[in-house]
Amino acid sequence: MQKQLLTVENLTVEYWARRGKVRAVDNVSFSLGKTETLGVVGESGSGKSTLGLSLIRLVPPPGRIVNGHVWLEGIDLLKLREDEMRKVRGRKISFIFQDPMTSLNPVKKIGEHFVELIRTHEPKISDEEALQRAEKLLEDVGIQPERINDYPHQLSGGMRQRIMIALAIVLNPCIVIADEPTTALDVIVQAKILDLLKDVQNKYAMTLILITHDLSIAMERCDKILVMYAGHMVEHAYIKDIYRNPQHPYTQGLLRSIPNIELAEQKLEAIPGSPPDLLNLPKGCRFWPRCSSAMEICRKTEPKLIETEPGHFVRCFLYGDAKK
Amino acid sequence: MSKTEIVKVENLKKYFPVEKSFLEKLLTRTRSFVRAVDGVTFSVRKGEFFTLAGESGCGKTTTGKLVLKLIPPTSGKVFFKDQEITKLRPEELRLLRRKMQIIFQDPYASFNPRMRIGDAVGHPLEIHGLASGAEKRKRVLAMLERVGLTPPEQFIELYPHQLSGGQRQRAAMARSLILEPEFIVADEPVSMIDVSLRTTIIDLMLDLKRELQLTYLFITHDLAVAKYISDRIAVMYLGKIVEMGDKEEIFSNPMHPYTQALLSAIPVPNPQRKREPIKLGGEVPSAIKIPTGCCFHPRCPFKKEICTEEEPELIPTAADHFVACNLIK
Repeated sequence: MQKQLLTVENLTVEYWARRGKVRAVDNVSFSLGKTETLGVVGESGSGKSTLGLSLIRLVPPPGRIVNGHVWLEGIDLLKLREDEMRKVRGRKISFIFQDPMTSLNPVKKIGEHFVELIRTHEPKISDEEALQRAEKLLEDVGIQPERINDYPHQLSGGMRQRIMIALAIVLNPCIVIADEPTTALDVIVQAKILDLLKDVQNKYAMTLILITHDLSIAMERCDKILVMYAGHMVEHAYIKDIYRNPQHPYTQGLLRSIPNIELAEQKLEAIPGSPPDLLNLPKGCRFWPRCSSAMEICRKTEPKLIETEPGHFVRCFLYGDAKK
Repeated sequence: MSKTEIVKVENLKKYFPVEKSFLEKLLTRTRSFVRAVDGVTFSVRKGEFFTLAGESGCGKTTTGKLVLKLIPPTSGKVFFKDQEITKLRPEELRLLRRKMQIIFQDPYASFNPRMRIGDAVGHPLEIHGLASGAEKRKRVLAMLERVGLTPPEQFIELYPHQLSGGQRQRAAMARSLILEPEFIVADEPVSMIDVSLRTTIIDLMLDLKRELQLTYLFITHDLAVAKYISDRIAVMYLGKIVEMGDKEEIFSNPMHPYTQALLSAIPVPNPQRKREPIKLGGEVPSAIKIPTGCCFHPRCPFKKEICTEEEPELIPTAADHFVACNLIK
């Protein structure tokens, strides 16, 4: 097996709500190599954002990581002290949030965002040097360096997201997690931002985790995919394998329900029902009430994640020994 | 107006004045306007799914509201069947509203949180004095059942917050269909709904269209959905229609550089697809300072001198295909 950069084992995150305990991320395991791109796909409430946040230990309370390991270059991030973890954030793993409007400080100039970030991690660097570095990076992300003196409100949504990308890579991290980086943007700007992410990833040899609800984007732009459903990872594989042979009925259903403009004639098929309430999960497999291939066993027992072909994991009784 | 057309829009404009401070008003005489809709002409044929597509700020939602006269136009005309609705008095307009309804984008904001679903869906019947009491209840139950909110006896008692986004959008459809309209403006009805539920709503819209002989004006930013659902598409940019025509024509033979860029930017669930990088420079300019000539010229990769001076007209290039571009004559 090739050496993995990031290995996540049995990661479990819980939220304590008034009505009870919610497992937003339940026993998720995967690993990623250097410069790979992973697409994390799921609907709202599937736990994809919580999964992203838990990798950098930023799950907001009342959320808590209750179990698991996040190994980065041999170090378990979940065992680090908070001050050690702060050194990892930004420098090893950085995060791009969905909404660039609320992620930038409205009363600070663009340049100040960079100076603050650089000087927090590298206090010896002078303001001037930090600003020079920022200007160079702005050019990389396609923004005129003069914009360094602008305030966030003077920039468009797409430009703000470019600034967020520049901020995410300024300390040269090995992993960038982007949580729905283009959801608030129009389709042309979206394509340009995704192109930019790819360019930056190639230039700085980074690993990218792209969290998105848009399966088309993941299929088009990623090497691997991880499909989340109601807190479970239901399928995880290389994109080429998912494209050729999607295995989980949920993944199959998603692929059949998204319009594809390349196809001349297409009949979309809906997945019946709606995602379950996490406080009131069905017994057995979480997807069975919506699954057309549901069997007796699916209503009783929770399926385990199994490897059906090299690197292709699926959580479904239709595969492996359970199929009788 | 020909028999097949149900709605016709002629040179419709909506300018919103830009608010100025007292001091600015004293210092400058000129008033500036946001030209949200800037001279739009199209017609919707009976029984078709006509789509207005474009990015945010292109004026598609404003056009939808103007067509129903939910806001008054700055100039231009809107016809529904043979009536010019832009000229109607409020009472006459109210009668016509039974025939023209709207479904809004945000199913969370379009319901009164203190009104039960049954009351909200039955409300239009009361307003128009069509039914009340047991008759109203019967029709509400039937309509809820029809849009898939079953058992309807249960849903009639619920409050909006007890419904999921998809269920709320179904309730919104029930509310607009209960008056048995002929024409529906659907403003991004699926953009806030999760992917796995989106298809069920789209299918429901198509089923109801067939069953009730509805005509839709569908407003969307999602061209993949537009391709699936529409008969004809108009692409808007900065308050103008830049290309319009039969869906197959638009997707197989896009002529306007903006339509081409828009189509090439749509993500496709195919890992083997080789994507061309987007060549379009810059971003959409402000609708307060619309560029001279062709409004698209500052971003157009094929711009010629004429484009900065002359505003192109929407001209036919094939049967049911219109383009507004100076380079296509």
